[in-house]
Amino acid sequence: MNEIREILKKRILILDGAMGTMIQRYKLEENDFRKGWFEDHPYSLKGNNDLLVLTRPDIIKAIHAEYLEAGADIIETNTFSGTTIAQADYHLEKSAYDINFYGAKIAREVCNEFTKANPNKPRFVAGSIGPTNMTLSISPDVNDPGFRSTTFDKMVVAYSEQVTGLIKGGSDILLVETIFDTLNAKAALFAIENVQKELGTDLPIMVSGTITDASGRTLSGQTTEAFLISVQHMNLLTIGLNCALGASALRPYLQVLKNKAPFHISAHPNAGLPNEMGEYDETPEMMAAQIKTFLDEGLVNIIGGCCGTTPAHIKAMADLVDSMTNSPKN
Amino acid sequence: MSLHPDYKGKYNYKWSNLPNLKLSGLEPLEVTPTTNFVNIGERTNVAGSRLFLRLIKEEKFDEALSIARDQVDGGAQIIDINMDDGLIDGKEAMVKFLNLIAAEPDISKIPIMIDSSKWEIIEAGLQCVQGKCVVNSISLKEGKEKFVEAARKIRQYGAAVVVMAFDELGQADSYERRIEICETSYRILVDEVNFPPQDIIFDPNVFPVATGMDEHRRNALDFFLATRWIRENLPGAHISGGISNVSFSFRGNDIVREAMHSAFLYHAIKEGMDMGIVNPSMLMVYDDIPKDLLAHVEDVLLDLREDATERLLNFAETVSGNGKVRVVDLEWRNTSLQERLTYSLVKGMADFIDDDVEEARKSVKEPIEVIEGYLMTGMNVVGDLFGEGKMFLPQVVKSARVMKKAVAYLLPYIEASKTDNRSKGKVLMATVKGDVHDIGKNIVAVVLGCNNYDIIDLGVMVPANKILEAAVEHKVDIIGLSGLITPSLDEMVHVAKEMELMGMTIPLLIGGATTSKVHTAVKIDQHYKKGQTVYVLDASRSVTVVSDLLGEKRDQFIEDIKNEYEGVRVNYAKKKGFKKFLSINEARANKFQIDWKPSDLQKPNLVGVKVLADYDLAELREYIDWTPFFHTWELRGKYPEILTHELMGIEASKLFKDANTMLDQIIAEKWLIAKASVGIWPANTINDDDIEIYSDETRSTLLYTQRGLRQQLKKADTASNVCLADFIAPKESGFQDYIGGFVVTTGLGIEKKLAEFEADHDDYHSILLKALADRLAEAFAERLHELVRTDYWGYDQTPLDKTELIQEKYRGIRPAPGYPANPDHTEKPGLFELLNATELTGVTLTESMAMMPASSVSGWYFAHPQAHYFGVGKIKEDQVERLAMAKGISLARMKQWLSSNLED
Repeated sequence: MNEIREILKKRILILDGAMGTMIQRYKLEENDFRKGWFEDHPYSLKGNNDLLVLTRPDIIKAIHAEYLEAGADIIETNTFSGTTIAQADYHLEKSAYDINFYGAKIAREVCNEFTKANPNKPRFVAGSIGPTNMTLSISPDVNDPGFRSTTFDKMVVAYSEQVTGLIKGGSDILLVETIFDTLNAKAALFAIENVQKELGTDLPIMVSGTITDASGRTLSGQTTEAFLISVQHMNLLTIGLNCALGASALRPYLQVLKNKAPFHISAHPNAGLPNEMGEYDETPEMMAAQIKTFLDEGLVNIIGGCCGTTPAHIKAMADLVDSMTNSPKN
Repeated sequence: MSLHPDYKGKYNYKWSNLPNLKLSGLEPLEVTPTTNFVNIGERTNVAGSRLFLRLIKEEKFDEALSIARDQVDGGAQIIDINMDDGLIDGKEAMVKFLNLIAAEPDISKIPIMIDSSKWEIIEAGLQCVQGKCVVNSISLKEGKEKFVEAARKIRQYGAAVVVMAFDELGQADSYERRIEICETSYRILVDEVNFPPQDIIFDPNVFPVATGMDEHRRNALDFFLATRWIRENLPGAHISGGISNVSFSFRGNDIVREAMHSAFLYHAIKEGMDMGIVNPSMLMVYDDIPKDLLAHVEDVLLDLREDATERLLNFAETVSGNGKVRVVDLEWRNTSLQERLTYSLVKGMADFIDDDVEEARKSVKEPIEVIEGYLMTGMNVVGDLFGEGKMFLPQVVKSARVMKKAVAYLLPYIEASKTDNRSKGKVLMATVKGDVHDIGKNIVAVVLGCNNYDIIDLGVMVPANKILEAAVEHKVDIIGLSGLITPSLDEMVHVAKEMELMGMTIPLLIGGATTSKVHTAVKIDQHYKKGQTVYVLDASRSVTVVSDLLGEKRDQFIEDIKNEYEGVRVNYAKKKGFKKFLSINEARANKFQIDWKPSDLQKPNLVGVKVLADYDLAELREYIDWTPFFHTWELRGKYPEILTHELMGIEASKLFKDANTMLDQIIAEKWLIAKASVGIWPANTINDDDIEIYSDETRSTLLYTQRGLRQQLKKADTASNVCLADFIAPKESGFQDYIGGFVVTTGLGIEKKLAEFEADHDDYHSILLKALADRLAEAFAERLHELVRTDYWGYDQTPLDKTELIQEKYRGIRPAPGYPANPDHTEKPGLFELLNATELTGVTLTESMAMMPASSVSGWYFAHPQAHYFGVGKIKEDQVERLAMAKGISLARMKQWLSSNLED
């Protein structure tokens, strides 16, 4: 996949926006999460959004299409929680591989349609690899700070399965995102290296950390630069930041990455901070205005959205990028 | 000189094409070419510390952690952890201890060195640490295959590696074996494993000396030689080692051991060793080693005498005592919540603040109470200690940083609960229009902030209307104005008049380098009758002034100030009466006379303008005059004596260390860009006071006329009334003279770093960076002046050392427009134009003729042996009139520019 490296040298690419926000609009019921696959599963499955790639691929494909229509160059697979570790909450460890394989496959299909319709704007599938619901650097038990609920080796096994599914399903890129604990990410990268070696592939890797607040640190306590150094041993396509903060709050940390990293830079911020109701209020125009400063500074090579962003947000970003001629030199 | 016969001088890192070694804990550690030495903490090693072994065996992990913390507090930049002992399960202990460290941000902030001879322990350790670690160590001991396998894994885990000089034949114990094994290892790692060369650290084996065995005599020397060879021949590789080994035969005699460690390090570092496992409490300052002891130790280390060992052994018996005992107390973590918060604030330690603030927040009803109760109590202690002179400014700025962090943590909660911060008062701070200098203002803001005043900081170049609008909008209790250049004095008068016009009554504070009590009393106070104007000498006074102005005894305080200023005015008027002035023509008649000789008028090598883009900051560092740096931080003393000053020495040394660490980064990471424009032109004086500057030797094209100001105060019989033009040969004399000019800046690029510090609420580093940039600008001016003397103009080749430079023991001067020898700021645009300075250096002038970036220096060069610095002092209106006419500026405007010099 040298194609994407070549394109990145020339222009800024648009990543898609939030999946969860879009799924909510469909007001799905328990039945939607079971259809055809888990009809007799003894536990409630509502809210396990990743399953929809199996049970309601029509909806997921429609959302992918909306983002591509809005101008996204890269769409993320709906596989953020597609590990045995994350799926254990629903007793669906056995479905982890299917989620990733089919998640990548349907994204691939939609992308192919768009690329075919407009070969000048090739579309790419980024296999989304989330942080899981466990952390390797932090104890879940405040009274026993040395305790860990899982191990590095177990996490490598879980991630290996996810990565295998994503690659075989047809991903172009692997995206390790929303990293709140760098050690989890290192396990994912460890797995990616092993799997790619085994499958003989060389998919480009995007890494995206999450700065939790104005302290400028990840949840596990690292500064942006320390985080970068910790994953810099990999030959990454991009390093970047996503989630937790809105665009302008991310800016100083993106500057750190821009200044220090030997890679391209990505960002997919939230649509601001959630309000009292847990909703995101920033309009596409508000967000685009902040992202314009990123572009003016040549801060990012890939830009998209996280929580609270919609196809309208992505369209505003894509229009903005189109309207600006300067592309960052990197 | 290097000890190695093939190389000269101190080792300089020369692999600039490779990236630097970067490690991380919660925070980054970059080993740059200018990093002198990375200290690796060694006490958390069961093989090296009996205490640590016992604690691990007895599973007293809390105490074991405190040993780790002690290392970090003691200055370790990497912490080495080793669990290799036959009686414990090394893998389990490593995992447990690393997991516990991950929960202690004050330890895990630095990178970890996972130290074991067993691969399974190393790998288990690598799986527990999120940052980029160092593995200590691998070697060819068990053959190439195992070596390669381990190296590949380490690379996959993203760690750096220590490689021991060890192969299947055994440990390298000679110079030749050391370099042979290291080279073989390096080639395998770089060529076959694709290991990043800068991530390779060699340990060429520190072995004991003075053991009495002949084959050990060269142990230290061979280490030094091998170190140099590796650094010169294996690109990017670093050198580390366990230092304490070298003194093994002197166990029990800590004084000798400390001396040996220090002397060993001194030589090893010169040869290129850049990290090492050292117990900082087992080190002496090299210069403090008694000379006779040092001589004996170095005889052994460098194998200088046949009988060196015997002589050191004999000498050692005469040296007793066990060095010093260092106690690091972590007891404070067990004290009450208030005590802990106070401790963190006083110590300026942010590591626990979020936890403690969270605990405090849970203990109160409204989050604001944490600030008003716990934090204010703590800051009051800081304020008291500062007031009593028991804390110094750099410490207070660090305290403020912790306070800011605490408040930042609480802010979301406070906003959610929508209660107001009931502070002691609101103070608006601004650097006035036309001025860009803000270090002092920022320090005052921090100090006041520390004392629970709300600060509205409007920044620099703030016009009067903005100041007044913000004062009304925020309902501030006090306005504080700052400025450094003389036109700012006038702007302050303007602000005072505007406040009077608006009917304001709040106090007005005046501060900054050119302000004074006299100016405040005579020029500003008069214009603001409705409120009180107060001059504030420095940041430490600001707190008492503000608290007096807002406190119960406010009326008494203001009464006192009024009386005091009236006294100042009366005195001023009296003195004025005594002073006699000459008319400008009389003053010219009494000019400074020079007996013009061709030998004093050197023809320059350079005529025209030369630009120096991106000058080497590392070189400028050597030219820094540190004394003013300490003054910025209100540590008033001379460098280097201040470092050992009885009261301020400790803080001054800490500040000095921080400053040097930052300089390392500034240089290595290019935080700042240094640029200069320098020129020399043919010139002659005309009409006594003016200097004509010509484009070339034909002296036919006039580029610019520099107008000088002449002293007018009537002097004692022999003294002259000097003007800068007196130092240039008059046109009618027929002599061909020259003048030079320059603009330097080291402030380009500073905003980016400042923004990072501000994002981190880090005033300390922000102020530090500004202060250092200022010092570098002055250093650049000094260096450039040297280049002018020895090269561009070439009139003086006398080599001077850095102290002599700082004392200006050289021929020629470089007075700046706007400063005492020529206080007329309106001369700056001419100088800038001559030098094409704005285009070549990026330095611009504000409406008040302040240079932007602030860390810039400009001036004229005068080369005559009799040229000297002087102050123009007060002048009379007749001179201002003639200047206004010559320059085509209205008299009123010219008077404004020269208001602080104009005798009225």
